[in-house]
Amino acid sequence: MATTEANVHQNGHPHVVPVRTYLLVFLALLVGTWLTVFAAGKDFGAFNTVVALTIAITKATLVILFFMHVKYSGRLIQVVLVAAFGWLILLLTIVSDYYSPRTDGTVPSRATITRQ
Amino acid sequence: MSDAHSTAHPALAHHFPDLDAQRSAASLGMWLFLVTEILFFGGLLIAYAVYRGLYPVAFAAASRHLNVTLGAVNTVVLICSSLTMALAVHAAALGKRKAIVGWLAATILLGSVFLGVKVVEYHDKWEDQLVPGLRWGSAEHVAHELKLSGADLDHAQLYFSLYFGLTGLHALHMIVGIPILAWIAWRARRGEFSADYNTPVELTGLYWHFVDIVWIFLFPLLYLVGHH
Repeated sequence: MATTEANVHQNGHPHVVPVRTYLLVFLALLVGTWLTVFAAGKDFGAFNTVVALTIAITKATLVILFFMHVKYSGRLIQVVLVAAFGWLILLLTIVSDYYSPRTDGTVPSRATITRQ
Repeated sequence: MSDAHSTAHPALAHHFPDLDAQRSAASLGMWLFLVTEILFFGGLLIAYAVYRGLYPVAFAAASRHLNVTLGAVNTVVLICSSLTMALAVHAAALGKRKAIVGWLAATILLGSVFLGVKVVEYHDKWEDQLVPGLRWGSAEHVAHELKLSGADLDHAQLYFSLYFGLTGLHALHMIVGIPILAWIAWRARRGEFSADYNTPVELTGLYWHFVDIVWIFLFPLLYLVGHH
């Protein structure tokens, strides 16, 4: 019994992430926040949103991998998470296609909404 | 089996062979819940993106009315609270009881600061009569306040509806989260958690970090649209 407990103690625990890793992620998140505000002040035209979202996705990935331990989690949790983002991207793709201008230059949804 | 369970950890439920299996199952369950949350907020953000694409001028003008400084300060506050939460989980993994309680208390404090700032922001919008459905000013007033005219006034109202919907649901998650943090801190103080068993601390951490992630997207999308 004592051996079993010792084994559980050694192998059963989730990976203990060193505090240094947490602090580095924390610093990266702060820099990312500063960068977000800084970049928003510049005019990149349509790319402002792209820049903002790229930084946000990077920050979110850091939180998920390190603060939420997904880097150290089992495959099943990683698959569940990837599947969720897969569905989200699918939803985003379908919706943005529906609301983007057609080849004849019209946006049917906009016409429908403003006519009311 | 029965012998193993008779000497087992008191937190081990009878249908799990050991604490590790129990932790894996609980963790997977939490992630399944968070995945539904990702799609819940994701759907709302996509709705926001669609209307912002349709009415860029009104959304930029309405967005400029938000206080970027308060939004940025709150982003930093929430990131700090994510760090203290991560340190609480770290302390739990090492079975350091006092450190768990301390870091959870810090997380509660930072979460409360965030909500306090949110109250100030909501109050400003209330004063400026920019709360759709409850206190929306006259056409002249809103036109003057946001420097907009015509149909864009309605579109600005749509922006503020989405603003209050998204930030309100985010704040609701924190209002739910803070008592949970307090409950977990109370249990930690009673000595319920150790290096062998600390799943509740870990799962609460997952929830809190998720709330942080939502804000990471809300801040640039809502506050910085018309910044440049």
